[in-house]
Amino acid sequence: MQNKNKGEPLRSDERIALLNDQVAGNGLISRRHLLGLSLAGAGGLVTSSVLAADAGLLTRPAWSMAPGRDPSEYGNPSSHAAQIKRLAPAPNAISPGTGASRTPLHLLQGTITPNSLHFERHHSGVPDIDPAQHRLVLHGMVRQPLEFSYEDLLAYPMVSRVHFLECSGNSGGNSSGASASDGSAGSIHGLLSCAEWTGVRLSTLLDEAGVAAGASWITATGADAASLGRSVPLDKALRDVIIALYQNGEPIRPEQGYPMRMFVPGWEGNVSVKWLTQIKVTDGPANFRDETSRYTELLPDGKSLQFTYPMGVKSVITSPSGQMMLTRRGLHEVTGLAWSGSGSIRRVEISADGGRTWADALIDADQRELALTRFRLPWLWEGAEAVLQSRATDSAGNVQPSRAAWVAQYSPANRYHFNGIQSWAVSAQGEVKNVYA
Amino acid sequence: MFTPDRKRVSSRFKSKALLLSLAVGGLLSVSAVMAADGPGLGKPIDESQLQGWDLIVQPDGTGLPEGSGTAAQGQAVYEQNCAACHGMKGEGSSGVPALAGGSLTTTPPLMTAGSYWPHASTLYDYVRRAMPPLAPKSLSNTEVYQVVAYVLHLHGIVERDFVLDRASLPQVKMPNSGNFIDRSQVQ
Repeated sequence: MQNKNKGEPLRSDERIALLNDQVAGNGLISRRHLLGLSLAGAGGLVTSSVLAADAGLLTRPAWSMAPGRDPSEYGNPSSHAAQIKRLAPAPNAISPGTGASRTPLHLLQGTITPNSLHFERHHSGVPDIDPAQHRLVLHGMVRQPLEFSYEDLLAYPMVSRVHFLECSGNSGGNSSGASASDGSAGSIHGLLSCAEWTGVRLSTLLDEAGVAAGASWITATGADAASLGRSVPLDKALRDVIIALYQNGEPIRPEQGYPMRMFVPGWEGNVSVKWLTQIKVTDGPANFRDETSRYTELLPDGKSLQFTYPMGVKSVITSPSGQMMLTRRGLHEVTGLAWSGSGSIRRVEISADGGRTWADALIDADQRELALTRFRLPWLWEGAEAVLQSRATDSAGNVQPSRAAWVAQYSPANRYHFNGIQSWAVSAQGEVKNVYA
Repeated sequence: MFTPDRKRVSSRFKSKALLLSLAVGGLLSVSAVMAADGPGLGKPIDESQLQGWDLIVQPDGTGLPEGSGTAAQGQAVYEQNCAACHGMKGEGSSGVPALAGGSLTTTPPLMTAGSYWPHASTLYDYVRRAMPPLAPKSLSNTEVYQVVAYVLHLHGIVERDFVLDRASLPQVKMPNSGNFIDRSQVQ
């Protein structure tokens, strides 16, 4: 059982120790194993190949021999990390500015998306808004219509909340494609990000204007060229919607709605109207184009679901994931992200054998509501073919469905709200590919 | 003399609003309590100032402006502003939706305004706020009535001389209107 890439094969006692802690088929190891491993003195297992391969004297690198560059005003990532970028399409010639860029989930760790890598979805480009001229108008079924400047809102009490944002069309390529397309975790699932959003509770502003009896919805529009509009039931608007002014501590980025966006926690991203300029309190939804023609789900019987707001419970393994290559046999960490628009994540299970057997992954005990959760589990890969899957359960008891179960619910034309289980096939050579399983 | 009067009216109105919200239910009364949260910096405006700015049109016609148009009038507007992308007969093109035909029973289904959209008001609302992509909000209210009438005519929903206006538009029955299931209570 020689490792064909580099390094030493596992010693038989190490291998037996690992397999004794197997919690599901095809090499998934108990999350408690690593602790036990170091106590047993077998901690060298993971790094033994490196020690064996490189026995020469260490030399001191050039950057340790001369001063580095000066402090700077606005920082950038290392030039050696320059490949970590959003996955952006070619410009749209017919409808300029319309399109999406995706977060490279497979190149990131933790749960917070850096602002420069937060996914984008625009319906008529990113406006360059002068905050001094921008206005938020609150009107309709209110006692007193009001106008707020950006400066006004900065003076209001704020709240900070960590929340995921997911486009309703995220992962849609896996929903209806006849065969699984070649793709990475980012290219397939990257219309998903998570940030700390800080802003003013919408309820504070609605109270100031005074919501009239009989009002039941708000209708909101942006100041972009598309003047994109969405409707939100009033009870949600009063519950937890914020007018977000800051994203991960700095003013929200232009592509996220600078100077302000309506952030609607847990709901399909399109509802979180960017460049927010109008909130009209009404007694019914406006039935905007993006809640009738789009962002509705066609069913097999010709009916359609409308105003489907919360994003379903979902997870995806980000490593190993599509287009990666396992270059080493031995112990790996399977890791990924889980989230739900209906609460927090209670459980994530992982399978390495295409769903025949499952093991619980490690997640933080204290899960945030409507935020990304990172999960992890050790995996011993010895060169056998594998199909890696993850399955999330949320605090409301919703369980992520299989792809087949999801597909059966809808017309093949529907690509919204796909939350089926992702399968990554690992070949004997270590290639990882998107598959339907 | 004027100021105290206004104050009295204002406070009476506020307490009436508070009582009203208490009567409406827990949710609104909670929000009334939270009103003390903010510094109250909103500048009062009048709905009349929003004429021409507020573009929201609801299915019952709320928000529709004055004016009218027919498909016959709309053909020229369409050919000048829309046909380059949507096709001379509304057939659509790569990445651009068709504005004629469509069916939910074909494989794959072709979801158009005629085969899919539940409300005619959405056509008016969307065309006025977002079309054409290179010059949104450049059509007059009358031109929007005309071109919406033309698109409805391409779908066979209205006759060529049907007069579309704020009274008739909400009455236009879209073929797929009965087939949407409202899930807004699932939160």
